[in-house]
Amino acid sequence: MASEPLASESSVSDDASPPERAAVLPKVATGIDGFDAITFGGLPKGRPSLVCGAAGCGKTLFATTFLVNGATRFDEPGVFMSFEERAEDLVANVASLGYDLDGLVAQGKLAIDHVRVERSEIEETGEYDLEGLFIRLGFAVDSIGAKRVVLDTIETLFAGFSDETVLRAELRRLFGWIKDRGLTAIITGERGDGQLTRQGMEEYVSDCVVLLDNRVEDQITTRRLRVVKYRGSAHGTNEYPFLIDAEGISVLPVTSADLDYRIAEGFISTGIPGLDAMLDPGGFHRGTSILISGEAGTGKTMITASMIDAACARAERCMAFVFEESGDQITRNARSIGLDLARHVESGLLRFEAARPSLYGLEMHLARMHRDIDRFDPALVVIDPLSALRGPPAELQATMVRMIDMLKSRGITAVFTSLREDGEIDQGSAIGVSSLMDAWIKLLNVEANGERARTLYVIKARGMRHSNQLREFTMSSEGIALVDAYIGPAGVLTGTARVVQEAAEAAAALRRAQESRRRQREAVRRRQSLERQIDELRANLEAVEEEEAVLLSEDEMREAVLASERRTLATRRGGTK
Amino acid sequence: MSGPGPTGDGLEAGADGAVDDGHYHLRLYVAGQTAKSLAAMANLRRFCEEHLAGHYDIEVIDLMKNPQLAAGDQILAIPTLVRRLPAPLKRIIGDLSNTEKVLVGLDIRPKVDEL
Repeated sequence: MASEPLASESSVSDDASPPERAAVLPKVATGIDGFDAITFGGLPKGRPSLVCGAAGCGKTLFATTFLVNGATRFDEPGVFMSFEERAEDLVANVASLGYDLDGLVAQGKLAIDHVRVERSEIEETGEYDLEGLFIRLGFAVDSIGAKRVVLDTIETLFAGFSDETVLRAELRRLFGWIKDRGLTAIITGERGDGQLTRQGMEEYVSDCVVLLDNRVEDQITTRRLRVVKYRGSAHGTNEYPFLIDAEGISVLPVTSADLDYRIAEGFISTGIPGLDAMLDPGGFHRGTSILISGEAGTGKTMITASMIDAACARAERCMAFVFEESGDQITRNARSIGLDLARHVESGLLRFEAARPSLYGLEMHLARMHRDIDRFDPALVVIDPLSALRGPPAELQATMVRMIDMLKSRGITAVFTSLREDGEIDQGSAIGVSSLMDAWIKLLNVEANGERARTLYVIKARGMRHSNQLREFTMSSEGIALVDAYIGPAGVLTGTARVVQEAAEAAAALRRAQESRRRQREAVRRRQSLERQIDELRANLEAVEEEEAVLLSEDEMREAVLASERRTLATRRGGTK
Repeated sequence: MSGPGPTGDGLEAGADGAVDDGHYHLRLYVAGQTAKSLAAMANLRRFCEEHLAGHYDIEVIDLMKNPQLAAGDQILAIPTLVRRLPAPLKRIIGDLSNTEKVLVGLDIRPKVDEL
């Protein structure tokens, strides 16, 4: 077991504020993720606790984990007294979780004693007590200095011995003995009719009772855990989902709903230059929740692939929870737009967690994500698609809120995709996921002229200026490229229509230019013609002026001649005068 | 188990292939000198002398002194009488005060028949 869960436990218990008197009652950590948080420290120290539930709900695993963690992490050796499974079976059963019981036994940190009770081999011939059980347990405890004890499932004794009165008295004595010895014990019990256990063990073990449950709703199983009773201590009273898988057992505490978290600073690029350009700071705020909604085939997954690629290129860890495709499939598909996600997977920066939505219930999905995120510590989480998660609306909403809350509180940027165009997650119900999101990109396939064009717009982006315009985008081996859509008097056009419209406009512009040039030429021509006329007139004018001058001089000469003639005549006459 | 003795009836030659010659190997587990333990010991010796004289041996194990032996024979109740031989293994718990049940438990045949 890694030591990380401890950190998460303390962080969870911080916001749950354990009451002060919790310190009065000493507790023993189970080391089970989340359980120590909801019980504010674990099981009561030096007392027996009852873990009960129906068959197959994880009682034995819970108890085993308690012992293994005690031995490996808290230096508290433990004794496992099994009344059902043989030691070898027990070892084999938990080997898949990485628990090496044989190794712990060899190191003297664990003792396993299989108590076999076979009614047919036992003949009762008078008074007896169960001192043998005490001696065996005492011997096992003393041999390794055990602090922890598990009795799984002690009620089996009721099938082996007929004298119930003796048995009950002895069990009461046994639990008293456990307390006297200061052993922290888990007693498991099978769920009975109308009571927590078949034989009413809760009468004897009353300090702490934990109920495990394995419920099937809509054919999906959800494991839940509830602390029914915890004497002398506050505890979380809800039913908490818990998870059993290859990583062991983990309980998911319902995180607080307050909005008091540290926000991450900075911006992250989406890996699509055109989209970055639509957002004023050049990308999304780090640590925000981004919703990408759109119908099937609008390119949601490829946009998230772009964002993943960009994040990995910045050497940030990414985790993608995919519900409809396998990681390999997405990797292959992303290659078609020129993104090589495989190298990120190889380098360990990117991890795909693919699971069918119906594999678990909602809570289990959340629990699984919670744990995986804790372990992987990614900077970017992709959930594709959110709408694949199914469940009762109220539960769905609560799950979403918690998921987003959990991601935000860790400063993780989250990208969700949704099939619903309006950003809802469920058809026919009004669960507003969109309002929880900090940014929302809507993808829309515009159908016109017998073709579909991919368009995109940013509906909201909290805390930044962003383009309010619709963009058309294309996906090619070069990646995703954004093209300005045609926005003009004829409306918004995309695809071929945009091209046609643009061509038409270009032709019209050309025509207008030609016309204009023609008019200019005409004007020049007319001016030239006028100028020619002006020149002609000016030439005429000059000719007339010259003629006038000639005439004038002729007149003057004639006048002069006349005058001289008159003088001559006068002289002739005057000579006489 | 015991050696190559060829005799013994088919019924008693248990599933584990043990061969017995009608010899009773009994082991009594007690925890200290309690009243129940003392009663069981006294009762056991009386039976054996009455019904198995000559072909039995009794081993008394005090778990207070040897607690490590409790797990081997799956001892829970005290006192417990374990019939190691003849096979199959039988466990009789209690202070052996119920004679008939002890005889049935030990498969002491004549008495079973008489019952």
